[in-house]
Amino acid sequence: MDRPISHSFLIQGKNFYEAGRVSTEIKSMLKDLGVDAAIVRRVAIATYEAEMNVVMYADEATLTVELTSQAIRVVIDDRGPGIPDVGLAMQEGYSTATAEMREMGFGAGMGLPNIKRNADEFSIDSKVGKGTKLDITIYIN
Amino acid sequence: MVLSEIQGLLSCEIFSGEELLDRAVLYGCASDLMSDVLAFSRSGALLLTGLVNVQTVQTADIAEINAIILVRGKKPDDAVVESAQKKKIPLLGTPYSMYEACGILYRAGIPSTMKCATDFAAGESE
Repeated sequence: MDRPISHSFLIQGKNFYEAGRVSTEIKSMLKDLGVDAAIVRRVAIATYEAEMNVVMYADEATLTVELTSQAIRVVIDDRGPGIPDVGLAMQEGYSTATAEMREMGFGAGMGLPNIKRNADEFSIDSKVGKGTKLDITIYIN
Repeated sequence: MVLSEIQGLLSCEIFSGEELLDRAVLYGCASDLMSDVLAFSRSGALLLTGLVNVQTVQTADIAEINAIILVRGKKPDDAVVESAQKKKIPLLGTPYSMYEACGILYRAGIPSTMKCATDFAAGESE
């Protein structure tokens, strides 16, 4: 695996029924490429939480996954409302979720902390009225 | 313990995955919050939940949950059953409450996957 493998996906906001499809695709792709199962699980969990955030809050997002021999990098760039207070959003239990989101089993204020927990490198950049960009890296070795 | 033994212990009906009841269950976890399942479960765990929708199955698939048991006699709709079949995740239902079902399985020796929060703080999540 000398050259990086890169794939981009579009995630649609507000489409609860489709939510998780992109993460599932990424999970099978990494499995097929022979990535270690524990690493695949961490990537899948981080990606799925990010995908749910897009579905719940944003209009749409581009998710790009890049695989090299050292690491898996996932960038999720959304067009959405942005997060006014990122520090608060990073706290476990803080949530602005609606009843509909909670009925799906999400919106408990664990999404961003869960993504960070599964990532080796994590950065978040959000602009109110524009959108949020997450950049996470999980090392393979 | 294999799933068919758990089916007996909890008097489960089977909604999908009848052919997969020889699967081993290594741990148990119980939650209606899917983010908690993603944060605190382990590969090979059984999930007890009162949340019945397609995201329950999707979460189980992502977190590599071996089987889902719906508590308090809840019934899945066709979309949930279809999703579980497609993802090859056994979906069962028990008449017991979440508390009773957990108690029965814990007494039968199935360890918890969701560790105490203080263990997590100490960095023992793996």
